[in-house]
Amino acid sequence: MNLLPLATMLAGLILAPFLLGVINRTKAVFAGRYGSPLLQAYYDLGKLLRKGAVYSRTTTWVFRAAPVIGLASVVVALALVPISGTPASLSFSGDLVLFAYCLGLVRFFTVVAALDTGSAFEGMGASREVQFSALAEPALILGLAALARVTGSLSLTGIFSGMAGSTWLVAGPALALIAMALLIVFLAENARIPVDDPNTHLELTMIHEVMVLDYSGPDLAMILYGAALKLWVLGALIVNVLLSLLGLSGGAALAGFALGMILLAVVVGVVESVMARLSLLKVPQLLLGAGALSILAFVLIVRFTL
Amino acid sequence: MTWMAGALGVLFGGAFLCLATAGRPAWTRTVGPTVTVLGCLLGLVPVGAALSGGAAPAFCLPWSLPFGSLSVQMDALSAVFAAPILIIAALAAIYGAEYLRPFEAKKDLAASWFFFNLLAGSMLLVVVARNAVLFLLAWEIMSLASFFLVMFESEQPNVRRSGWTYLIATHIGTAFLLVLFPLLGHQGGTLDFAGFSLADPGPRLATAAFLLAVIGFGTKAGFMPLHVWLPEAHPAAPSHVSAVMSGVMIKTGIYGLVRTLTFLGTPPPWWGWVLIGIGAVSGILGVLFALAQHDLKRLLAYHSVENIGIIALGLGVGVLGVSYDHPVMAFLGFAGALLHVINHAVFKSLLFLSAGSVLHASGTREIDHLGGLLRKMPATGLAFLVGSIAICGLPPLNGFVSEFMIYVGSLSALAGAPGAQVGVLAASLIAVGSLALIGGLAVACFTKAFGVIFLGEPRSDHAVHVHEAGPAMRIPMAVLAAACLVIGLSGPLAIQFLAPAVGLLTGGATVASACPAWATEVFWKITAVAAGMVVLAALLALIRSRLLAGRSVTDAVTWDCGYAAPTPRMQYTASSFADPITRLFRVFLRTRRRFAPPSGLFPAASSFASETPDVYRERMYRPAFSTVENVLSRFRWLQHGRVNLYILCIVLALLALLAWKLS
Repeated sequence: MNLLPLATMLAGLILAPFLLGVINRTKAVFAGRYGSPLLQAYYDLGKLLRKGAVYSRTTTWVFRAAPVIGLASVVVALALVPISGTPASLSFSGDLVLFAYCLGLVRFFTVVAALDTGSAFEGMGASREVQFSALAEPALILGLAALARVTGSLSLTGIFSGMAGSTWLVAGPALALIAMALLIVFLAENARIPVDDPNTHLELTMIHEVMVLDYSGPDLAMILYGAALKLWVLGALIVNVLLSLLGLSGGAALAGFALGMILLAVVVGVVESVMARLSLLKVPQLLLGAGALSILAFVLIVRFTL
Repeated sequence: MTWMAGALGVLFGGAFLCLATAGRPAWTRTVGPTVTVLGCLLGLVPVGAALSGGAAPAFCLPWSLPFGSLSVQMDALSAVFAAPILIIAALAAIYGAEYLRPFEAKKDLAASWFFFNLLAGSMLLVVVARNAVLFLLAWEIMSLASFFLVMFESEQPNVRRSGWTYLIATHIGTAFLLVLFPLLGHQGGTLDFAGFSLADPGPRLATAAFLLAVIGFGTKAGFMPLHVWLPEAHPAAPSHVSAVMSGVMIKTGIYGLVRTLTFLGTPPPWWGWVLIGIGAVSGILGVLFALAQHDLKRLLAYHSVENIGIIALGLGVGVLGVSYDHPVMAFLGFAGALLHVINHAVFKSLLFLSAGSVLHASGTREIDHLGGLLRKMPATGLAFLVGSIAICGLPPLNGFVSEFMIYVGSLSALAGAPGAQVGVLAASLIAVGSLALIGGLAVACFTKAFGVIFLGEPRSDHAVHVHEAGPAMRIPMAVLAAACLVIGLSGPLAIQFLAPAVGLLTGGATVASACPAWATEVFWKITAVAAGMVVLAALLALIRSRLLAGRSVTDAVTWDCGYAAPTPRMQYTASSFADPITRLFRVFLRTRRRFAPPSGLFPAASSFASETPDVYRERMYRPAFSTVENVLSRFRWLQHGRVNLYILCIVLALLALLAWKLS
């Protein structure tokens, strides 16, 4: 049995919080600060796992079930994502739909748990989350469908192992459009600027952070860790698309992937440093734009290849 | 065949037995549901045989009606539709026994049970009938029985209005069927279904038949814009009847359409485009209208429109697969549509039954008046949560499996069809995009419904004095909730059971034998993933409880950013939750808002109200019907009330006919 897929999944499980450190360090450099350690996310998780918990009296078992179900489904999503040529631990035709719907299950429970607290703030965040994600989901699935068209495969592993430097020669512009659409979905789904601001805990502008205001201790650790894994899995899609341009293989591909993920984290940090958050009314336009990019990419592929 | 006759005999005969118990409430209460359960159990025997062992031989008796014959047959396709009909009707009857108890003081329930058993029997007869006259007879009994069930609380004016809307809509649909069947039987000179499938309809006849079937059966199924009766009638009926109507009765429309497709030979591609277009419109607008509703049962009724849209998308994908000869697309499109018929029956009746239990306990269907019900109604709340996850199509429950089939069917075309087949590619892209958008919006709608009704704090007194439903109401909900998980984990078995029925639609044994092997493997993996997800979640919960053991776990007030005295009225409501989306799609929804904002230094009471009436009803049907009324009212002078003149008219008409016939 080939253990490499499991090893890459394990790498994802271990390295995902590191990306948060890279993003924060990038922002610190831009702001002229020294910044928190690169491993700060690990320290936070360790600290939270050692603490007790405080639950709101309004909440029910739904509030406590949400973090475990959310983390479990992100881990399943992680198992479906290949890393630059190495197949995923699990792959079958149509797994890209399961991938998107696992993230949907996470969202369902995060939103329901937010409503469980009965807080106006969390309801507000929940309301925004479902609106934006309803628009991000078509962009993600149509983007993946366009990639399926390029490679003729319906599984994420098949798609990314079927892509090579030559694919870019044929369908380069389309792939660039898909990468752009995926980047927008990535920023929106991970609650990053320009859609959401992960730093403003007590502002009316926030979406994801406000929904988890009432969590503490191990529950909050699971949520933070789940968010880091989500950053990893959606980021891996973009890095896989772009990395196929270089046509690396073996150890070089894995090293390239690691560098690519760090670079992506730096890009997120740069975007957060140089851009302001969009007005909430503008966000749907951005997400619909991402969907339009995916469709345009598909049309380009159908028109100019095969 | 004896089992089938027994089932029909018990349901129809038992219906009259219910009528005989009028005046003895204790008898009615026992006899009514018992008859339904017994009849449905008898009916399940031939269904099981047809699903596992292939079609039973047709049973045919001559009948004195012209062109009529008593021919019935339970083949794989009938069985796929009959199974949910029988199971849901039986569970709804058990539920209804308790649900109707409070009404016993006010009205005699004998009539209600009479019509309920008649409805169950006629739905079964609709899916097994193999003669157009018998089919239409059963179809009409079904429509009338459900009309009287909708009119249960006919003392309320809005119930009467809903009932009439339903009666008119369903008969407009039937009018198209009255043209459809003679058209199909014209060539063979018979109205037996066996004669339809042998004859080869020309392209023009097939086109006419297809369009008539889409309109006639689509009215019953609730295709947009033929759906207007659905959000009126389903909320008006008692909840166990809503469950049967929304869960299985509207599927007889899908059955009729699918059965008609088997008569028409290889479909041209544009039929697939029509179905995908209808599916996308019904699906997306159905869920958007659902989001804008405040009435729980109306919300669920719009979701039936949405799910019928998903089924139509699947059928469209299947039709395109057949006409372009893409076996995987054809198989998975039809299989997804048929499985979604069953799945929607399961989770929609589950949702209607739990909504009924909320209504029973709180006395209101207004979502914004509820809140925090999960504490007092844990079983109902769990049932509603399971139904919500399933209807959103999320793993590991059943909705995911059928939507996955339709997704993969269209994705296989997207990935594999040659670039020249632009029609297939565009239609599949629309199918995939609509499914994704519907999925996202459905999550918004059901997090709203579940979150606002069952979580948080009570928003009014309605939600304070509630109680959990009794065992007769809880058991059907528990069975249906378990079915959601079981079907979700048994995708491979579902493929095996559906393969014969799908084979009838794809018209080829090669597809039915080659595709399931490939699909079964995929579905085993999905089952493994879903089971793995459940185990992983349980494991994480265990780890958390180990971590928290011995540490301080305390209760506190909800952290409202430092605000110390939150009240239930400060919570987000269903309207405010859905507002960003309804505003984004205001072009379609046309929500009416009435807002009296607070003003001045010492603001007095202010108010906000919004309602989203059906756009088609307001802009299309109302103007159309009032025009018709204006034209017809010119003929009022004919209606003068003098009987002798009426008789004269009849005699003159008869004489004219006689002269015409003799000449």
